[in-house]
Amino acid sequence: MERQWRGKFPVNRRKPAVELGSGVRKSYREVIDVSWGDPHRAGVKPLSFVRQVLAACLYSELMDGDKLMVDVKQRAQRLLGTCAGGSVGSYCATAGIPQTLQSVSQYIMRRDGGVPCHPENIYISPGSQWALTNILKVLVNSEASPRTGVLIPVPCHSTTIISLTTLGAVAVPYYLREERGWALEMEELQRALDSAKGVCNPVALYMINPGNPAGYVQSRKSIQEVIRFAAEKKLFLLADEVFQDCVYGKESEFVSYKRALAEIGAPLSDSVELASFHTASKGLMGECGLRTGYVELVNLDPAVMKHINNLFSTNSCPILGQIALDVMVNPPQPGDPSYPLYLKVRHFYLPASLAQNVRRVEEVINSFPDFSCQPLEGGAFAFPRLFLPPKAIERAKEAGLQPDTFYCLRLLEEAGVLFSPGTEYGQKEGTYHIRFCIMTPSDTMEEILRRLSAFHEQFMKEFS
Amino acid sequence: MSQQAVNGVPCRGKVLTVENMNPNVKRVEYAVRGPIVQRAVQIEKELREGVKKPFTEVIKANIGDAQAMGQRPITFFRQVLALCSYPELLEDNKFPEDAKQRARRILDACGGHSIGAYSASQGIECIRQDVACYIERRDGGIPSNPDNIYLSTGASDAIVTILKLLVCGEGRDRTGVMISIPQYPLYSAALADLAAVQINYYLDEDNCWSLNVAELKRALNEAKQHCKPRVLCIINPGNPTGQVQSRQCIEDVIRFAKEEHLFLMADEVYQDNVYAEGCKFHSFKKVLFEMGPEYSSTVEMASFHSTSKCYMGECGFRGGYMEVINMDPEVKAQLTKLVSVRLCPPVPGQALLDLVVNPPQPDEPSYTSFMKERTAVLAALAEKARLTEEIFNTVPGITCNPVQGAMYTFPRITLPPKAIDKAKAEGKVPDMFYCMKLLEEEGICLVPGSGFGQKDGTFHFRFASLVMLILQKYSHSLNFSPFCLITTNFSAFHGFFFLFFCFTS
Repeated sequence: MERQWRGKFPVNRRKPAVELGSGVRKSYREVIDVSWGDPHRAGVKPLSFVRQVLAACLYSELMDGDKLMVDVKQRAQRLLGTCAGGSVGSYCATAGIPQTLQSVSQYIMRRDGGVPCHPENIYISPGSQWALTNILKVLVNSEASPRTGVLIPVPCHSTTIISLTTLGAVAVPYYLREERGWALEMEELQRALDSAKGVCNPVALYMINPGNPAGYVQSRKSIQEVIRFAAEKKLFLLADEVFQDCVYGKESEFVSYKRALAEIGAPLSDSVELASFHTASKGLMGECGLRTGYVELVNLDPAVMKHINNLFSTNSCPILGQIALDVMVNPPQPGDPSYPLYLKVRHFYLPASLAQNVRRVEEVINSFPDFSCQPLEGGAFAFPRLFLPPKAIERAKEAGLQPDTFYCLRLLEEAGVLFSPGTEYGQKEGTYHIRFCIMTPSDTMEEILRRLSAFHEQFMKEFS
Repeated sequence: MSQQAVNGVPCRGKVLTVENMNPNVKRVEYAVRGPIVQRAVQIEKELREGVKKPFTEVIKANIGDAQAMGQRPITFFRQVLALCSYPELLEDNKFPEDAKQRARRILDACGGHSIGAYSASQGIECIRQDVACYIERRDGGIPSNPDNIYLSTGASDAIVTILKLLVCGEGRDRTGVMISIPQYPLYSAALADLAAVQINYYLDEDNCWSLNVAELKRALNEAKQHCKPRVLCIINPGNPTGQVQSRQCIEDVIRFAKEEHLFLMADEVYQDNVYAEGCKFHSFKKVLFEMGPEYSSTVEMASFHSTSKCYMGECGFRGGYMEVINMDPEVKAQLTKLVSVRLCPPVPGQALLDLVVNPPQPDEPSYTSFMKERTAVLAALAEKARLTEEIFNTVPGITCNPVQGAMYTFPRITLPPKAIDKAKAEGKVPDMFYCMKLLEEEGICLVPGSGFGQKDGTFHFRFASLVMLILQKYSHSLNFSPFCLITTNFSAFHGFFFLFFCFTS
């Protein structure tokens, strides 16, 4: 499991990784850790505007000087006015600061071309996974027989899998088709559902769009097929859309499940139950450490909503994170003093840097005969496939390791680059993958690719 | 919750209904934010819309939120946090050197030098080390291992995590968890959610809410017949009751836990909020270790602390930690895996916790102002506690135990039989009925005692004495003392309530 992998290698950037006894002299001075979906950790600087607003909210003496721009001060003042006692140290209402909920609902409406969104259906939580766990808690009846099942994609990020199993649910895997750009095929969904017969009672279908670890963006057509399937098979839809602001594929467009549902029209649009998740952690703001995400609930039974409210009431979301979320959904506008810098970084520099990384990653990985990468369309990661020679697989087995884990360990030891193995996310039997974050500064990505290429050549030669 | 066009299609045809949802979740209630608070929020909305009421503002005395009531945050903490958020400020000579030094140290420990990066799930290592040092200093040198420290999203998160680990078994083997009555309803909510068996032990109201072992024994023995008791939870200083346990009492509880093979959960979030003469905070860990190796090497325990209370009052940061003692290493491995599902606790909360356990020292520039602020806050809280107790004891029909610590009073009210009948006729618990009326007529929002648990036939409410901070603000403008304000409003209501229910048929 992913967490177990990370726990093995507490990476201190100042020191090389733990010696694995391969006896190779270190060719690097510091380890590059891209095993997280964490742009700041990878070296991307936070957006100035949001950090200035946070600082002003924390220490209002800053509003007196001239260090901060007028729009920063105005925003901080407005947001402090929404906090109890005018302080970011107070509790907020159960679902979040009401004005932030309002801002988020307006953002969602703009995103979805005007599809109505009501703040009462949104809950802000300490991270999207927290909200997902709460919704799963309501869905999963651990005392039921047969046990509750939830369909999950393969590959899938591991936190969700751990949440599910901790709650006593059964994960029912459906395999995405790698050769077709990780497409979700309806026959495969049906097969997965059929496989649950006699094993568990499937109640929900969990999708990740854009993907993690695989970098696909689902088409509108595919989304609508899934919605119809869920309606027909009476499944609750869980749409993990935390990378919705991270779409770069030339032909790709993010369409939310909610929008696609609305476009299908009645009766489905009034009845299919959906929970959609977003966060301040991903996208180009990347404020993972602030722990703020939210869920929008669509078409739920009002009586169930009351119980959901009780669940969320026992622990509220950090206020600073909600401030960052407000900035995320309400960024500086043309005419604001902070706008030029914001525009430059958020809409030119960062996307250009990311586009460059995508291009280089695809180029480099696909240049090797035994390494392949599906087109990267969205999300924060590359998830290329490794075609490992039998000798390497053999050696891995001898060491009691999965082959891709073995590869990653050697990569860390010899090249000082920390990726995570495909084993952590699930993959088709007999296939091997690695995952790494591509939201890094461009020169860091060049260094990563340089080290990876050198290592890969060496490794393949050794085991040919 | 209002129904909307996009939501609210009735039950028929729904995948997720009240009938098929997780039955445990249906039992989850959290009175501190429950129906009375929801009504208070609605009333506030109505006031904003211009609806005429007998009051202009709702006084929210339901929650222990100091800064919402006007308590100022500690300047030094906010300076360091601002520096951590926007490190360009490190060049600004408006900030003292000790603040900058701490900010640099924290940022050095963050991925990419940013508080926006995830940290390790257990919390940033150097902060856990600082927490361990703080605990050692607090407990007179008894060692604390940073590996046993888990930072969390408020103490609540850590409490729920430990309970998750401990609850297992089926039927008569289902884990039983002992909790005081009255209790902080996070515990009852978590136990309902986990389908654990709640074992109530009653605090002695006639003796200042003291805990006695005979009552623990009674509760345990009764419970053994239908569950497997494994955990004993104690809140010290108490919430809602405010009692501060004596050292002797803590020893007795530890002894009891050892004899009965119980895991101890010591909720100590109010450890700096001790006011009464002759009362002192004794940490469970310190007492445990002072009882000698027979206890200190065997009794399994988790103690909890947070940045939300004490003199910090920074509830909105969701900072907290737990220290686990004598936990089985295999269980600890499971604990580490469980906390990974949360990814990590909020990094600003971790940073704040670091400052709480590592405050300015006597030789540092910020020391004097820090100590001044800290002392003032704690003194104000003590004064509010005293004032609240005094006020409620002047109202006939209300009695209030001395408030030894924490931030609340839990007075007992005698309700006329007709009021109780009326409540029951309306399908309401009597103290909820009383509190709802108080809210509608006076705009004062309290939490009824039924939300915390109380002896059958008794009625209480919890009043956050912090609220006196806000009333201080009224008193300057109206030439009333808070004493008068609350006494007037409250007495008037209470008196009328009695009259009404004594003389109506």
